[in-house]
Amino acid sequence: MVAYLLRRLGQSLLAVIAMAVLVFVGVYAIGNPVDILINPEATENQRLEIMARMGLDRPLWEQFWVYFGNLLQGDFGRSFVYGESAMSVILQRLPATMELALFALVLAIVLGVPLGVIAGLKPDTMTGRGIMAGSILGFSLPNFWQGLMLILIFAVFLGWLPAGGRGETTEFLGMRVSFLNLDGLQHMILPAINLALFKMALVIRLARAGTREVMTQDYIKFARAKGLSHRRVVLVHVLKNIMIPVVTILGLELGSMIAFAVITETVFAWPGMGKLLIDSINRLDRPVIVAYLMLIVFIFVLINFLVDVLYSVLDPRVRLAQRGAQ
Amino acid sequence: MPRTRTRALLMSAGAALALTAGAAAAENLRIGLASEPTSVDPHYHNLGPNNALARHIFTPLIEQDASQLLMPGLATEWEAIDDTTWRITLREGVTFSNGEPFTARDVIYTVCRIPLVPDAPSPFTLYTRAIAGLEAEDDHTLIVTTDGPAPLLPNQLSTFGIISASVSGAEEEVTFSTDGCTGVGDAPASAEFNDPAFAIGTGPYKLESYIRGEELRLSRNDSHWGDAPAWEEIVMRPLTNAGARVAALLAGDVDMIENPPTQDIARIEGDGFTISSGLSNRVIYIALDQGEAPTPGIEGDVNPLQDARVREALALAIDREAIRDRLMLGLSEPAGELLPAPMFGTNPDRPAIPYNPDRARELLADAGYADGFSIVLGTPNDRYINDGPISQAVAQMWTQVGVQTEVDAKTFSAFIADRNGFNFSAYLAGWGAGTGEMSSPLGALVATRDPDRSLGGTNLARHSNTEIDDLLVEALQTVDDGERERLLREASALAMDTFAIVPIHYELTTWALAPGLEYEARADQYTLGALVNPTGE
Repeated sequence: MVAYLLRRLGQSLLAVIAMAVLVFVGVYAIGNPVDILINPEATENQRLEIMARMGLDRPLWEQFWVYFGNLLQGDFGRSFVYGESAMSVILQRLPATMELALFALVLAIVLGVPLGVIAGLKPDTMTGRGIMAGSILGFSLPNFWQGLMLILIFAVFLGWLPAGGRGETTEFLGMRVSFLNLDGLQHMILPAINLALFKMALVIRLARAGTREVMTQDYIKFARAKGLSHRRVVLVHVLKNIMIPVVTILGLELGSMIAFAVITETVFAWPGMGKLLIDSINRLDRPVIVAYLMLIVFIFVLINFLVDVLYSVLDPRVRLAQRGAQ
Repeated sequence: MPRTRTRALLMSAGAALALTAGAAAAENLRIGLASEPTSVDPHYHNLGPNNALARHIFTPLIEQDASQLLMPGLATEWEAIDDTTWRITLREGVTFSNGEPFTARDVIYTVCRIPLVPDAPSPFTLYTRAIAGLEAEDDHTLIVTTDGPAPLLPNQLSTFGIISASVSGAEEEVTFSTDGCTGVGDAPASAEFNDPAFAIGTGPYKLESYIRGEELRLSRNDSHWGDAPAWEEIVMRPLTNAGARVAALLAGDVDMIENPPTQDIARIEGDGFTISSGLSNRVIYIALDQGEAPTPGIEGDVNPLQDARVREALALAIDREAIRDRLMLGLSEPAGELLPAPMFGTNPDRPAIPYNPDRARELLADAGYADGFSIVLGTPNDRYINDGPISQAVAQMWTQVGVQTEVDAKTFSAFIADRNGFNFSAYLAGWGAGTGEMSSPLGALVATRDPDRSLGGTNLARHSNTEIDDLLVEALQTVDDGERERLLREASALAMDTFAIVPIHYELTTWALAPGLEYEARADQYTLGALVNPTGE
């Protein structure tokens, strides 16, 4: 297990470094951030002065060398735009994004799994077909359009929910969160649905396919023959067995929900990290872009690891294989 | 019985809602911003959103009205004693929002601090570099000396707000020197201004709270020296996506938004909302490379754009009214200069460049290009209002007179890198005159490139005409307003007559407001909550 962990860690470090190099060079190739940040009326000398202060006058390899040296000391550089530590600019936004992603994840599971199981148990009924048709919509409607429609219907026409923003927040474990008060929750519902719809469609499809497959297995027949109630068969034996693919996929999708909820965050003006990333790309704020993507690689690695652990909890075969290996 | 009770409850809830809504409308103003300020520090980033926010909390010595004409701010009077000396009389009885009096020391401190702002991506030294000496005659009189004549000093003093010397940690005695002031103490970092206890100014509002990316709250400064604004509290929220911004307005989440997209304006007005729009100081223009051949995007070892007749042909081939009516839906004004009249230095009787494709073909034939040539038009597609479509339209219009035009549209950050690398023979861009007068666009876009004289900084067309340069340099050293304006008018007319640059139109800036609110459109495009008023009942 320890060797496995170390190997994992080494792989992730390599991934982080490779990514940092690629992004650093990529952003450098796009253009000069000073040209975007500076007031056009500034003089040429001022422009050169600012470039020198940001270290942008030096050759690329030297810039990277300085950056990397600071990185080894835990310094992710200062944002060109905000003049503050890039990592702290990002971390200020982390809670809002995490909260939204987790809420959307819960929605996707709580609604997606039961709907998928129902569709799998009754594939040829109106209900089953209706659920599948709905999931196709969830897949195929562009996220952006979905978001605008949600706003149009629930905020503009019906006026039930706010059109965007984060609303009131409550202090919780030193972070500001929305889910602990009504106003915050109201603000979170629409973006969370927007973020969850696609994942929910995915979960429905996985759960349905899993259910149909599992229902024909011998152990289900055996459980039935043993006289277990339909309820117990579905809730315990079916559900447990279809969860493995669902957990894998959702684990990966959670990463992308945290990292790239850009569209939802932009449409709903949700002050999360995705919106910061887009703003930073538009302004070529290289320290923030690089630090952000490094953080994201780290989060992906962490989630993958947790998924592996969860696997062994859900699937005894994995546990047994590990024990056997030891 | 239970049913009646529910209804009664609902009704009282409805009544309560109506009451709070009414009260909120009278006390709060919620604004949806198109782009977010990067800091509360008024001297950190010389950029529209930051400057607009700063105007709420900090007052400059001299203010600009809606059409950027100068008016008294913390200074009540300013006069040039001679070519290089100015006397500035400060307003008496003004206090900062923490109760301390405003004196000449705060002004000196502010000018001293501007070059010291750490990590400023676009510092205000641009506007203080003319100042060679700054002394307080008494607490409310300042004497400013400059190295040479600096007629734009009042305009420059109108660009930055005054901060409190004491709060920023200055000593009792602050003295100005171009080699470094004394008594400044440790100049504060920009991030400190994000704290309401530190962001102390003399403006109509005080900072209440600031959460980056989320919202910014201001509360009325009751000790403000000027007119009291209508709103107890102003909440600004960055809503950078245009669709989300319009939705927030329609849903009643905000009372006012910046830059509603042109195609949504009819719908917004149809729903009973108010639209306020007015000419901005920003011209959208096309620059034509006049450097030595070869020039990128045009084949062969020739540069047809060096010929003024070709430039005139390209200028006449553009149907500015069609662009206004079909692309901008009325939200632009066809241009004949680089700044709209009646701003300082414009020729008010000069019409917009006419549309005359026949004359354009004749001119091309005269210049030896009867069969035309082909060219690439570079353009950003996310910077100015409808910039991509405008370029597409221009390309079609040019192609119609025989100049085969291909559009190279890019996101602004990529566009500007290409443009500054001289990779375009023709490009579309915009220029906003921060000072609100003609020397700004002429000096940057038309004057011969000369870093030592700070001229031609954005003249990437490499146009060069010593006659224009001489007029401009003379204007920049003429303190007398009438004479300076005459020189600027002459320089502008000359630049337009030789088609040094091809203006298309002036952008109109637009705001959308909830019913019952009004806002006078500003040429500087700033959104100033303090100047939003409820319409008289």
